[in-house]
Amino acid sequence: MRNKPWKTIGLALLLVLVFAAGWKIGHAPRTGIAPKAPPMPVDARAIFVPESGQIDGLRRGVPVDQEGHPPPIARVENADLKRVRAYPMQPPTIPHAIDGYQVDKNSNRCLLCHARANAATFQAPPVSVTHYMDRDDQFLATISPRRYFCNQCHVVQTDAPVLVASQFRDIDSVMAQPATPASASPGPAEPRQPSSAAPPAAKE
Amino acid sequence: MWSWAKRQLLGFWRILRRPSRHYSLGFLTVAGFVVGILFWGGFNTALEATNTETFCTSCHEMRDNVFQELKSTIHYTNRSGVRATCPDCHVPHNWTDKIARKMQASKEVWGKIFGTINTREKFLDERLILANHEWQRLKANDSLECRNCHNYDSMDLTRQASRAAQVHKLWLGSGEKTCIDCHKGIAHRLPDMTEIPQG
Repeated sequence: MRNKPWKTIGLALLLVLVFAAGWKIGHAPRTGIAPKAPPMPVDARAIFVPESGQIDGLRRGVPVDQEGHPPPIARVENADLKRVRAYPMQPPTIPHAIDGYQVDKNSNRCLLCHARANAATFQAPPVSVTHYMDRDDQFLATISPRRYFCNQCHVVQTDAPVLVASQFRDIDSVMAQPATPASASPGPAEPRQPSSAAPPAAKE
Repeated sequence: MWSWAKRQLLGFWRILRRPSRHYSLGFLTVAGFVVGILFWGGFNTALEATNTETFCTSCHEMRDNVFQELKSTIHYTNRSGVRATCPDCHVPHNWTDKIARKMQASKEVWGKIFGTINTREKFLDERLILANHEWQRLKANDSLECRNCHNYDSMDLTRQASRAAQVHKLWLGSGEKTCIDCHKGIAHRLPDMTEIPQG
C-alpha cells in the first residue's frame, strides 16, 4: 500500500462517490406516491375479529393505519336490583351508580350508607363482618384498612358489550347436569346469556 | 391639626343641621329621590357584581382550590346544561338574607387581605373549619340554597333511582333531615371526616 498511493486515493474517491450517490438517492423526493388523504374513521365497535379468530380489545378490529371511532361510553346500570353472585365468594357487584364518590383518606362515601352504623338509616346492606377483621382474623371496631377501598373488589356494571364471552357455569348448574358415562371430562358447555354468564370484572 | 379637623367637622355639622336657605323643599325632595335611585342602582349593581362566578374565581384561593373541585361535579356540567355557580349555593337569593350573608362575608375580605388561606397547605389545614361553617349555615336555614332549585314537592320520586326515592321519602319527606345532612361534599372534596356525623 505504501508504494501504491494511487490505488489508495482511487479507492477513497470511489467510496466518496458511492456515499454521495446513496445520499442523493435517499434524499430524492419520491414521485408516484401521492400523499394519502386521511382515512375515514372506522367504526370501532367490533371486538371480535372473525378472520383472525382473535379478540382485539384494544384496537377493536380497526387496522393499525386507520383511525377508529371510539365506542360510546357505556352507561352504569343504576337499577338498585341486587345481582346474583356467579360463585359463592364473589364480591357482590354494585347495583347503582357511584359517580363522584369520594373514597380517600378523608372520607369514604360508600361507608356513608354501608357502614354498620348507618345501614338501617339508608336501608343499605351493611358491609360483611369479614371487612372488620384484620388479616389475623381479629375483629376491629372500624372497617379494616385492607378493606377500605371498596372498588378494589366491588365494581359497578355497565351495559357495554362483553369483551370476552364467558362459559363459566356455577356449581349448581354443573351438578344439575346429568352425568355422562362415556367420558370423565364434562362436555362442552352451552353458551349462555352474556349478562348472566360473564364474570363481573370482564364487563367493568 | 386635630383642632383644625374638629373645626371643619363642626362647621359641616352646623350646615347639616341648619334648614336650607336657597333650595326649595320640592327641589330637595326631587333631588333626593333622583340621587337615591342612582345610589340604589349603583349599590345593587356592585352587589350583584360580587355575586358572580367570575368575581369568586378572580381570587386564586377560590379558583385553584374549590373551583377546580366543582368542575368535575354535576353541578358544574351536566346533560341539561344548567350550572349552579358559586353564589347559587353560597349566597341566599332572598334580599334580606343576602345582605346578611354579604355582611358576614366581609370577614372573607379580611381573610383575603391577611392571606388566611393563600397557599394550598393553609387552605387544607383550614378546610374543615370552613366546611363546618357552611354545613352549619345550611343546617340552620334548612338547606335553603339547595331548595332554591331542589324542591321536595317538585321531586318525582318515581323518576329517581328506587334507593334514592326510598331514602328521600323516609328522611326528607318526613322533615327529619335536611339536604346537607346526607349530601355533604357533593360540590367540593371533603376534609377529614372522622368524628363528623354524616347521614
